[in-house]
Parts: sequence; C-alpha cells; structure tokens
Amino acid sequence: MSMPLLRNDWVVMALFTAVVLSAPIWLSPVGAGYPDLLQKFAIFGIFAIGFNILFGLTGYLSFGHAVFLGIGSYTAVWSFKLLTMNVIPAVVLATLLAGVFAVVIGFLSLRRSGIYFSILTLAFAQMSYNLAYSVLTPITNGETGLQLTMDDPRVFDSATTEGLPSTTLFGMDMSGYPGFYFCAVLLIIAFFISLRIFRSPFGLKLRAIKSNQTRMRYTGFNTKPYLLTAFVISGMYAGLAGSLMAITDPLAGAERMQWTASGEVVLMTILGGAGTLLGPLLGSSIIKYFENIFSALNDGQLHEIFAFLPDWLENIVVAIAGEFVGDGWHLTLGLLFMIVVIFLPGGVVEGIRRASAFVRNMFNKSATDESELSAEKE
Amino acid sequence: MSDDKTNTSELSRRGFMKVGAAALTAASMPMFFTKDAWAAKEFRNNPGNAGTVKFGFNVPQSGAYADEGADELRAYKLAVKHINGEGDGGMLNTMKPLSLKGNGILGKKLEYVTGDTQTKSDAARASAKRMIEKDGVVMITGGSSSGVAVAVQGLCQEMGVIFMAGLTHSNDTTGKDKRRYGFRHFFNAYMSGAALGPVLKQEMGTERKAYHLTADYTWGWTQEESIKNTTEALGWKTTAAVRTPVGAGDFSQYITPVLNSGADVLILNHYGKDMINSLTQAVQFGLRDKQVNGKNFEIVVPLFSRLMAQGAGENIKGILGTTNWNWALQDEGSKAFVKSFGQEYGFPPSMAAHTCYVQALLYANAVEQAGSFYPPEVIKTLEGFKFDGTGNGPTEYRAEDHQCFKDVLVVRGNQNPTSQFDLLNVEQIVPRSQVEYDAKIFGGELGPYEV
Repeated sequence: MSMPLLRNDWVVMALFTAVVLSAPIWLSPVGAGYPDLLQKFAIFGIFAIGFNILFGLTGYLSFGHAVFLGIGSYTAVWSFKLLTMNVIPAVVLATLLAGVFAVVIGFLSLRRSGIYFSILTLAFAQMSYNLAYSVLTPITNGETGLQLTMDDPRVFDSATTEGLPSTTLFGMDMSGYPGFYFCAVLLIIAFFISLRIFRSPFGLKLRAIKSNQTRMRYTGFNTKPYLLTAFVISGMYAGLAGSLMAITDPLAGAERMQWTASGEVVLMTILGGAGTLLGPLLGSSIIKYFENIFSALNDGQLHEIFAFLPDWLENIVVAIAGEFVGDGWHLTLGLLFMIVVIFLPGGVVEGIRRASAFVRNMFNKSATDESELSAEKE
Repeated sequence: MSDDKTNTSELSRRGFMKVGAAALTAASMPMFFTKDAWAAKEFRNNPGNAGTVKFGFNVPQSGAYADEGADELRAYKLAVKHINGEGDGGMLNTMKPLSLKGNGILGKKLEYVTGDTQTKSDAARASAKRMIEKDGVVMITGGSSSGVAVAVQGLCQEMGVIFMAGLTHSNDTTGKDKRRYGFRHFFNAYMSGAALGPVLKQEMGTERKAYHLTADYTWGWTQEESIKNTTEALGWKTTAAVRTPVGAGDFSQYITPVLNSGADVLILNHYGKDMINSLTQAVQFGLRDKQVNGKNFEIVVPLFSRLMAQGAGENIKGILGTTNWNWALQDEGSKAFVKSFGQEYGFPPSMAAHTCYVQALLYANAVEQAGSFYPPEVIKTLEGFKFDGTGNGPTEYRAEDHQCFKDVLVVRGNQNPTSQFDLLNVEQIVPRSQVEYDAKIFGGELGPYEV
C-alpha cells in the first residue's frame, strides 16, 4: 500500500529525520529519553550502520571493528588536547585517521576471506587493544584512559576560564541535548550515505560479492578494490562513532577496542537484521537500551511495576523477573538473541516485515471475503 | 513503466511536504524542554520543594572488584536507613559534630539509585550520567578502583554534582587529578608507604632487594612509586617493577621470573581478586619457603582488606600490609557501625563498607549543616571539616586537596584466627602526623566552585 512511497529515497530520509529528531519525545515514556542514552543510540547507530556496509553487503565478518572506534576516540581527545575544543577538527581528523588504519588493516586482512578474515581482523584488534593498554601508555594513558587536563596546549583556543573546558560547536556546548542533536544530524547523514550505497551500482557489486565471489571473478571483475573500499568506508564510520563518543564525553579508554566491543557490533547487526538498511540501527538501540535501562532496574522498581497484581502473585513475578534485570540483563539479551536467530534469521526487521505482511493479509482477506459475500448476495 | 514512475513521484511530493512539516514540528519540540529547564535551574538536580532526595550509588557489581562493590552497596543501604532515622542509628550516635537529626536530609526523605561501574571508566561514566540526567541525584558516591574514581570525579565536576569517592587509594585522586567536586575519605598510597616504612625496617632490615608486581593503572602506578620511595629511603634496592593487567586471573607468568631475579621481597601492588590470585600463586610457587641472599623470602601487600584476606585464606598468614580501618577496632564509632552492620547482614563490614558508609554520612551531614543542597555551600562546609567518632579517631578533610587525614593501621595476616572474620591483626596504629604530607607535592588543581 505505502510501498511505492517508501521506495523514494527522499521520503525515506524525511521520515527517518523526523523519527530521529523527535526521539527525545517518543522515547521518554519507556525511560530512555535522557541525553546520555539518546547520544549512545545515535553513536552506536552510526557504528552499526557502518559495520553493516561491510558485513551486510559483502558478507565479510570483521571481528575487530572496535579498533576503529578506539582510534576515533583517541584522535578526538588528542585533537581536544592539542588543537581546540571545537568538535569539527576532532570529527574530521578521527574519521580520516580511522580511514588510514582501515586501509592498512583492510589491505592485509582482505587477502583472506571467511573465517580467516574474521580471525585476522580479531588479531589486529587485540593487538591494538594490548598496545593501547600497555606499550602505548604515553599516548593512551593505559587503563586509566586519556583525559583532558588543565595544562593541555590547545593552540587554537584563547586562554580558557578556570576549570576544564567542555567540547563545543562554535560556542555551543556539546553535552546534554545539543550533543544529542549533533550526533543525530551526523546519524542522518551517515544513514543517507548508507542508503545511497545500498541503492548504487557499487552496492550491487558488493552484494554480488556476497552471493558468489568466485563467479564475479570469472566474469572478469577484480573484487579486491571494492572490498577494500567497503572496508575503509565502514572503518571511517566506526572512527566517526568513536569521535562522537569522545565529543559527548571527553575520555578515551582502551576497553573501547576490546574484542567484547567488536563482538557487540556484530550482535547489534545480526539482532537488527544484517544487510537491511534499518536493522543495525534497531539492533544497536535495543542493545543499548537493555544495557542502560534493564541493568539499572532493581527489585524495588519491579514491585512498583507489578503493583497491580495481588500480593502473592506480585512476589512470585518479581522474584522471577528479578533474575532477568539488574546484573542479569545479559541473560535477557542472550535469550532475545537466541529467539531472534532461531525464529527470525533476518533479525528484528524480518519480524516487522512478517508482522506487517500478516496484518496486510488479514485486511486483504477480509476485503476479499466482503467482496465474495457481496458477490454471493448479487 | 513511465506511467508508473510519474505516479510515484507525484505521490511522494505530497508525502514529502507532509513529512517535512512533521519533521520541523518535531525538531522544534526540544526547545520547549530546554526553555523550561532554564527557568527552574539554579543548580543541577535541585530537589527544590520535593519531599525526597536521591543519592546515586555507583559500585562495581561485576569484574575483579565485585566483592568490594557488594559490600559497599550494603553499607550505603545501611547509611540511608540511618539517615532516615530507621534502625539503631549506627554512627549517628557517635559522630561529632553532628547536624543530622535522623529525619532524612533537611527534612527530605533519602532515596537511592544504583549503578554498575563494571570497573571500567566508560561504563562508570555512562552509569553516573544516567543517575544524574535521568534519576536526578544530588550526589554520586562509590567506585572501587582509582581509575574509575578519577574518571567519575572528572564527570561530576563538569556536571556540578558532588562526588564522594569510595574505595580509591591512588595518590592521583586527591593529587594531580583532584577536583573541587570530589572528596576522599579513604587513605592513599603515600600514607601506606609512610606507615609501612618503619615496620618494614624493623622486620626486614635495610639490606633488601624488592620486586614489584603492579596493577597497570593509576592506583598501581602511584602505589609502586610511593612504596619504592619509602623502601629506597630505607636503603633497599628495587630489582624490577613489572606491570600486570587488571583482572589477569593467572599470574604465574609474572611470578616465575621473581624466583630467579635475586630479589628477596615481593611487593604485590594488587587489589581485590587480582591480589587473591597473585598471592595464592606466589605462595604455591613456594616463594615464602625460599631463602635468598641468606634471608627469608618475604611478601608484602601494601593495601590489604579483610575481604581479600578471606579470599586468600591460609596464604595471608603473617603477611604485612596497611588498611584504612578494621572491624576489630574498639572505639565507639567502630563498635556502633559493626553492631548495626552485623545485625543487618550477619557478618562484620569490610573497610570498603566503612569508608562508603562514612562518606554518605559526611555528605548528608554537610548538607544539613550548610542548610542547603547548593553544591558550593556543601563543598565549603566539607572543606576543613574536623570530626570524630567515625572509627578513625580525630579526622580532618583538608581543604587544599579534599583528602581526609587520620591514623593509618598497619596490619598482619592473623596466624591463629579465632573466626572466619578474624583474619587481620592490627600491628600498629600509625598516628596522623607520621603520614601527613604537603598538599603541593602531587600538583593538580581543584578547579572552580561554580560550574
């Protein structure tokens, strides 16, 4: 019914923009309408959308994508320390440097495909993590994390007032809601680029690589440049996300590069639906929501939620539900992930598609039933 | 085909206009929110006329310091009870001077929210931000790692919310990374070194070679530095100082080289489960039965706690270290706290629990005394605040660096424990004057009152 409308890129973008920018309003009822979590939604959305360009389109599973996230963060914080508190140089430098690293790592890792590619990227990421953690302590400040200090040079900034300066966009403070809107605008741009890639000949070639790379080669295509381009683009997306993490909170720690962070983005993409436009964004939001909201629920709040039940039932429900919130949120996420992978291999997006098809069928069916009925009457 | 296309674009143009208008409305929506926020705001999370006020307890519930975190949370819950006038009152009966009346803070009932730091700076800051932005807490407290404490303290300064540090022992917390909005009751690595020095000299002499294994983050670094300074002043030599990752689990690869290094003292700058693992492995490798350079091989754990002693079991016997507090102390404050903690949970509190409990009380008391939640007023009340009856004897919050100064305990693993909690013997109570230092030696700046 609305499908022809949704096929138009500009309509999709307008809808997307509206939904993203109004997020503070419609996320408030579920307890997610506060700046820090909204920023995380946008940042990890960018990360997952970028990851999806590589994994969703080409099928190459990078298991070390967090390394670019970390590089982006460190670059951004160093830009704040050495150059200026304005966020523009931080974003640009972080994205570019992540791109440079992506060229190097991609060039080496893409010599292999399948599981070997995954292991190579994982090895690079672990190497970078350990370097950042110990050997490169002068640059990364190790476990403590790289932070701003009072005596940083900041050559382009005039003498600051007392106290640590905060990140700004030409004088506008980048914490709280302005920070979210900055991330949201970049998310919209990132989504737009991803949309164009998906619907371009380049995107088609990437998909062809996923479906049958050998056949591509036989037809005379050199697939390597396309793969490398996809890898670098998704690396730059991760670098951008990393810089935004540092912008909304000027601190960079090595744990951002750990394999768990790399695994998280894989989970996000698969949970939402790999290879779909919106899937990764949905997946990242679901995971971040669980991490921040479910992990903070405690028994007292559960009692409030289930207060409408009779007392004995309330206690039983709370006792059971209590295992799945608080420190048990990983359990809930694991269950959800299993359900999605087993019943909806296409992720949440497939679930939505099935549900809408089901609803449409019901309407169509009732419509045909009616027409049949009327036909019978006549 | 072409017919179909024109149809689509016509539809979409109309759709685009509609959706565009909706987007504009939506985009302007947040302006209403911010406008509202500006009007009411004279400081962040002002409780105003609300009947309740919230504290944020940000403790590790997973990772290498989870045991300490769990005990901290118990102490905080107890403190909330006592401040609200429930239970037996605990240290509210012994603390002097005291402004709290046992009816909450300034008549407002105290509530709390919790968060998991995961002993990671990122996670800790995210959790603190949630408490500040979503739950509207007036104060954040907790942390069981100096890396986390420093990270959260920086955030609290930016946000204008007071941070009462829990278990953090690094010199940096109130040294080079000190903040106007951050306060620490716990002692630090410098004090451990200063207290331990004379005892080490008496026990092990002046001709020793020390080998350090150090947790690789701010706390480990400063403790290694402080202990090195102390021991080298005694005439000891430092053979090597090896950094180990936090939460390593297996330390055998770090302990094997100690055997052949020629060192005769192993100093473990580890904490929590790391210390339990490294000490247990060191003992299993037979280090303590060895003779090197004609002397008994010794192990020193500069920062000790009963929870760790419990985890390390037999291996802790006879080992020297320092603590901030021990439940076996016999002053009024300690006895009152141990009694109400024991009644509530059935076992004695750890020093992590003690420092967190006292921190919550100190903040609440300062607000009551200042008559306002306005952070600069509360900070000024806490700066230079002198108090007693909280288990450490006369104590002072030094105004220059927000560090508490009090006596330090040198302890030894108990050879003949009478119960599963009686694991540490207080060897010596080192007076405050011996561990005091000039606030300027670590550098750093507190920053502004108003943010």
